[in-house]
Amino acid sequence: MALLEIKNLTVSFDTSAGLFHAVQGIDLSVDAREVLAIVGESGSGKSVEMLAVMGLLPSSATVTADRMMFDGKDLLGMAHADKRKIIGKDIAMIFQEPVASLNPCFTVGFQLEETLRFHLGLDKDARRKRAIELLEQVGIRDAEQRLGAYPHQMSGGQCQRVMIAMAIACNPKLLIADEPTTALDVTVQKQILELLMGLQERTGMGLIMITHNIGVVAETADRVIVQYKGHKMEESDVLTLFTAPTSPYTRALLAALPDNATGDRLPTVGDFREAAAP
Amino acid sequence: MTPVLETRNITRDYIAGGIVGGRRIIHAVKGASLSVEKGKTLAIVGESGSGKSTLARILTLIDPPTSGELLIEGEPIDISRHGVSKAMRRKVQMVFQNPYGSLNPRQKIGDVLAEPLVINTNMPASERADRAMAMLKKVGLGPEHFNRYPHMFSGGQRQRIAIARALMLNPSLLVLDEPVSALDLSVQAQILNLLADLQDEFGLTYVFISHDLSVVRYIADEVMVMYLGEVVEQGTREAVFANPQHAYTQALFAATPRADVASIKARLARRALQAAG
Repeated sequence: MALLEIKNLTVSFDTSAGLFHAVQGIDLSVDAREVLAIVGESGSGKSVEMLAVMGLLPSSATVTADRMMFDGKDLLGMAHADKRKIIGKDIAMIFQEPVASLNPCFTVGFQLEETLRFHLGLDKDARRKRAIELLEQVGIRDAEQRLGAYPHQMSGGQCQRVMIAMAIACNPKLLIADEPTTALDVTVQKQILELLMGLQERTGMGLIMITHNIGVVAETADRVIVQYKGHKMEESDVLTLFTAPTSPYTRALLAALPDNATGDRLPTVGDFREAAAP
Repeated sequence: MTPVLETRNITRDYIAGGIVGGRRIIHAVKGASLSVEKGKTLAIVGESGSGKSTLARILTLIDPPTSGELLIEGEPIDISRHGVSKAMRRKVQMVFQNPYGSLNPRQKIGDVLAEPLVINTNMPASERADRAMAMLKKVGLGPEHFNRYPHMFSGGQRQRIAIARALMLNPSLLVLDEPVSALDLSVQAQILNLLADLQDEFGLTYVFISHDLSVVRYIADEVMVMYLGEVVEQGTREAVFANPQHAYTQALFAATPRADVASIKARLARRALQAAG
């Protein structure tokens, strides 16, 4: 049985210009111990569908699905209070802007311990001990002193490490990472990806990696879903995606990588549409 | 031939702190010497804090260097003493990273493009409008876009507008600060193609600031790598990519994700081994 299984998910937003359909009938599933990458450009709906799972969309959004099961529980019919016990505990999420995702008014230690208090009900000493342990686990040195630090006193990479520590605080079964390295320098990106993959391998959690970066997909994914304007273009294992992509859009995306440039000009998605036309 | 852009040992210090706590001097750029020939592209690579944007501000005559010499088309320029003349301003233009932040939301595109002419020339309004329209077409937009506002455009289109604005004064040097890092991959390809076309047509010289090595490898003739304000490596694209000398450059290459099939196979094999053991 899949850890997370979604069938026919649609998300639409009520805007002044009428209904906007951000996600249009997406099926997806991820198993324990699996890394699923969802790839797409801005507007592909990749973040929105995960926010729908987390229940983090604004009230202007309408979410429908035939099925949304997590770990044998039905997320669709679930009461809000029950959902809160799962979200942040068994399903955790990290976001693109680590500095903006942390509350600037509270210390890193306070924010980390908040999760532990809410979901696990640990007492003060146990919380502190676990918080130090978590910071060490995500590779922050002098963890005990850093508990008293505010987000602005840390670098972007360190803030993302703190976010990851918060996300794994309750040993989640599924971690959703929404563009976790986009705002970071490439050398820091490598460290964060290594950290995430190491944690995933050690704990056996499922990992959904939302990204627009083909290189990140190649470095992390087992299986890949490619999306475009709310539709699924392709789903395949990572090797097949790079060796024998089936959808013209994926082929165009791969061809647009500067690494794959052969001539003087880069092929664009537009060129591909023309070439594909009869 | 005189290089379009030349710097000799440029440095830039900032003073941090002040009223409370000790004053510290931060050396943002520690001696950069470079030269770029007409029609060529120099890529400056580095992470946040490497001083690459500080250097860009000096090259575009926004900030003066603390010491060192800046020559544009062979002419020494010292803006701290003599200021910037309109003639100098016309020679160097800049394109910024964020096309959402660099266009005035209350200005129509036609006016955005005409503005550099208003400030720097005495051209009559009708001619300014004609020039703006011509440039709009040059960057792949149409006359129907002339009277629209920036919010009606996508990120890629906005970057085209920012490039068009930079070219309105027929500059010889264009400094592009991360011009494609905010864009989607397929749009990035279009903008890189556009920059290549414009360079050929107008004989433009580019200083291209980026942290994305795959883009740099595609677009650059010369590469300069900066780390903590220092130039740690400098050379032709072929030399730097084939045989990086400095440890930082090597680390940068090692950190760049690999999307080739052999690397993916190796990773999957490692992963299978780990799962089994």
